Amino acid sequence: MLGFDKVSVHFDDTVALDGVTFELREGDTLILLGAAGSGKTVLLKTALGLIRPDQGRVSLFGESTHDKKEREMVDLRSRVGVLFQEGGLFDSLTIEENVAYPLLNQRTLRCPPEQVRPRVEEALEFVELGHTLEKVPSELSGGMRRRVGIARAIVTAPPLLLYDSPTAGLDPITANTITALIAKERDIRRTTTALATHRHQDGQLLANYRHDPATGRLLPADPGEVRTRFLVLLQGRLVFEGSQEELEASVDPYVSKFARRLKE
Amino acid sequence: MLDILKSPVHGLQDFVLLTFRAFLNIFRRPHYGDDIVLQMDIIGVGSLPIVMLTGFFSGAVMCLQMSRALAQYGASGEAGRAVAITLVRELGPVLTALMVCGRNASGMASELGSMKVTEQIDAMRALGTDPVQKLVKPRLIATAIVLPLLTVIADFLGIIGGYMVACPYLQLTTASQYWSKAHQSLEYNDLAQGLIKPFVFAIVIALVGCFYGMQTTGGTQGVGLSTTRAVVVASVWVFVLTFFIGNFFI
Repeated sequence: MLGFDKVSVHFDDTVALDGVTFELREGDTLILLGAAGSGKTVLLKTALGLIRPDQGRVSLFGESTHDKKEREMVDLRSRVGVLFQEGGLFDSLTIEENVAYPLLNQRTLRCPPEQVRPRVEEALEFVELGHTLEKVPSELSGGMRRRVGIARAIVTAPPLLLYDSPTAGLDPITANTITALIAKERDIRRTTTALATHRHQDGQLLANYRHDPATGRLLPADPGEVRTRFLVLLQGRLVFEGSQEELEASVDPYVSKFARRLKE
Repeated sequence: MLDILKSPVHGLQDFVLLTFRAFLNIFRRPHYGDDIVLQMDIIGVGSLPIVMLTGFFSGAVMCLQMSRALAQYGASGEAGRAVAITLVRELGPVLTALMVCGRNASGMASELGSMKVTEQIDAMRALGTDPVQKLVKPRLIATAIVLPLLTVIADFLGIIGGYMVACPYLQLTTASQYWSKAHQSLEYNDLAQGLIKPFVFAIVIALVGCFYGMQTTGGTQGVGLSTTRAVVVASVWVFVLTFFIGNFFI
């Protein structure tokens, strides 16, 4: 679904990504771990074609983004839902307009006008914010803005979802609510998910828990029920790729910072 | 040496690319008509009070300062001609452009800069919209339409300001002589110059404002820096361009 082949990105003399190679298969959950400034956001933006790599190739849904024009990338991006680090909500639009934005602007979707409002309401109900339609982003708390961001990402029912540090700067309770919503979306709609985070708890929750539709709660997942892989980035380089067990077994001082906490 | 040149050359390349894409998008759908009208309201109606005041007092002060020289050469009756030519050819377009520059180039840079640092522009691209189409094009078209109109208003009020000083206040000349001289002195060349200049200035002001906004990095401090740069660069370009356009018409 998403593939990186020796991808490098530079900003002037700064190396943001250095020869990163990985593949995200359909139905998998990818947890991208790394400290602040390690290149997680750049990786996700490169996956979307918002940043063009200096070297290497990115493939999205089996299509190389290398030689695609911006207009072609727009069509390809319409199949990807994304939550930006700060939510990326348009502060001049209401919550309803924000969530409706991809439905009204992605030309490949061709959403009939009479379906826009019901789909927006459905997406907002999913994140339990159905009462905020008329509000503007500045009237919402940080956690609520992230949830609106999730609603906007899922409103088009994309097969691939990218989350950029969805819990950064949130209190632990709100952060868990956000992660639970991500798991709920993944398990109900069977979407392929990539999540960049510096919080070990986010990875732990997504790797070991599944959403139970009957109770609406997260329950421990059976072994192998959730196909989760972990990547660890350090200064733009991929220093680890593997399963949770491999991550926990790592003796690398940097990687084990994330792994040790997973064991706790 | 090459490293010093790299940044400005890279910046120029980005500006040229933005300009090219903005002009290309003028003919492409969607056109975002509502956004164009909104921007015309913000730039045009919003700037009207300051442009009217600037125009009126620039004409008045020009007449005031020239009154002694005109009297010295026995040419007090030429006040209308002097005010009209100077305002329509030069001062009207330049002062109006500088007002719009300070008010709107800064506004565009700060608005787009804030959107850039809060990832709204990235979100726009990710959600199927070309930011140049949605953000730059409406501002470019709106500025190109309203700046010539604002200049005409400033010119007219400037001539009235000159009249108020020349006739009722200093009594340099009669009202009929002032207005007939002002009318007779203006040729098509002057009017063309007075309308082409604000049109060109508008393009530069909108593109420079949007360019610095979309290039913003580094949080709120970066937004402030972009705003300052946009106003300074656009203002300097107004003076540079007025020379070359004026030179073309001489």
